[in-house]
Amino acid sequence: MSVFDGLRFRRVYSPIHNLDPRIKFVYVCAIFVAAIIFWELLPLIILFLVQVPFVVLAGVKREWVRSMRGAAFLATIIFLTNFVFSFIGAGYTVTASNVEYALAMTLRFVVLIESFSVFFLTTSPDHLGLALEQTRIPYEFCFAFTTAVRFVPVLAEEAQTIMDAQKARGLELERGNFLKRIRNYIPILIPLIVSAIRRSLELAEAMESRAWGATKNRTNLYMLKMHRGDFVLIAITIGILVTAFYIRLFFGIPSLNELLGSLF
Amino acid sequence: MIEVKDIRFTYPNGVEALKHVSLRIKNGEFAAIMGENGAGKTTLVKHFNGLLKPTSGSVLVDGVDTRKVSVATQARKVGFVFQNPDHQLFSETVEEEIAFALKNFGFKETVTKRRVTWALNLLGLAQYRKTSPFMLSGGERKRVALASVLAWNPKILILDEPTIGQDYQQKEKLRQFILQMKAQRKTIIIVTHDVEFVAECNPRVLLMREGRIVADGEARKVLTNPQVLTQASIVPPQIAQIFIHLSDLELPKDIIDVYEARQTLLNVLERQVK
Repeated sequence: MSVFDGLRFRRVYSPIHNLDPRIKFVYVCAIFVAAIIFWELLPLIILFLVQVPFVVLAGVKREWVRSMRGAAFLATIIFLTNFVFSFIGAGYTVTASNVEYALAMTLRFVVLIESFSVFFLTTSPDHLGLALEQTRIPYEFCFAFTTAVRFVPVLAEEAQTIMDAQKARGLELERGNFLKRIRNYIPILIPLIVSAIRRSLELAEAMESRAWGATKNRTNLYMLKMHRGDFVLIAITIGILVTAFYIRLFFGIPSLNELLGSLF
Repeated sequence: MIEVKDIRFTYPNGVEALKHVSLRIKNGEFAAIMGENGAGKTTLVKHFNGLLKPTSGSVLVDGVDTRKVSVATQARKVGFVFQNPDHQLFSETVEEEIAFALKNFGFKETVTKRRVTWALNLLGLAQYRKTSPFMLSGGERKRVALASVLAWNPKILILDEPTIGQDYQQKEKLRQFILQMKAQRKTIIIVTHDVEFVAECNPRVLLMREGRIVADGEARKVLTNPQVLTQASIVPPQIAQIFIHLSDLELPKDIIDVYEARQTLLNVLERQVK
């Protein structure tokens, strides 16, 4: 569950938290694209490092490190799969480029997780909803989205209570073979789903009794406005994208091995 | 016997829910744990069947440390009925719901059948044997949850808020049932806000406040002590309130039982007539 820790928002103020979520989202997408177009280790290392200042500036180091640690397991699997397949492909020999390729694929995944983690750690669900609304997405969808985000911790807590209740009735989750273990989760999942449905019906009734959707044109107390920081981020985003494409199209990227070889 | 030795418990989010709690509940005792929301009542009772392990200190049930055995093993001895029945009901029929725990504990099929029938009759659910638990009303679901724990006949029974959503008749049945269990030398622990229910049952009362036990004693002593009650944000039972307001008559103050109150007042009236 620690992967999700890195996606949980805490209300603090920092230059990054105050940025317009729309611009932040565009930035994350740009990093995404940049990470996809490279398969060499060197540029991916740079992409990884580019984000560190954001983390430091936002003051979310601890949460970020936790989410990186949570991603470590998947990252290891990605590394091993890539390594084993390139090992077989290269005729059962370990070469420096093999290892480098596997490392690059792993780092690509880490960069994706890293940028998403920074986005979610520094964007409040309310801001996200506001951003969706101001991009002219129908309010019903925005509301559904923000509600879903808001109920994730509630659901997690409820799952814990249900597990406790069933354990108190002698359920042992870790008992039996693989299939039996999956079946062990039925007594957890059914109450969880039933109560989620029940809650959503109750929520719908509560909303209707409070005149949800009575006015067509909603107004907001807070409006998102672009500030100087947002323009700086746009410039950075464009800079990263242009540089990335330029390098991709017009330069050969040396592998780390070659680079180190030419230096010494 | 449950022995709680100087336990502290801190939740992963850093909230310290229990601060140096020690207590001892003997076999066959009937105790009610009361106190305001967030006082640590549920956290405390979750230590009795090992769902939570103390951060420091220890909990011994019949001399066995709860840290040394699994919850499932401990549950055979300590039955725990959760506050919200919807957190445990999942089967297609009430009958299967009650049999679930018995299967987990490895009871034989014939024994399981007998016990299910016994539990259904005990809580007046026999007519719902083949009904889906999700089709029942809130109060009935609560009784199914209770039946599903009673079925394996645990030595110690913990009930978290058993009276919520129950009408007077069901509460009275619950009271009778608790007294019956007590007569069978079972240990019963209830967590509740229902002062009147506790006043009628007259158990040992443990008052909690901010992770500590602030009062421990007979209900008639604790529930008539305005000082500790305000500390734990509890209103005294109505009978006790009357006797507090009638302090001019020089009546005894530790009365919470309706019949005892009636007798005392009649005695006073007779004296005045003479």
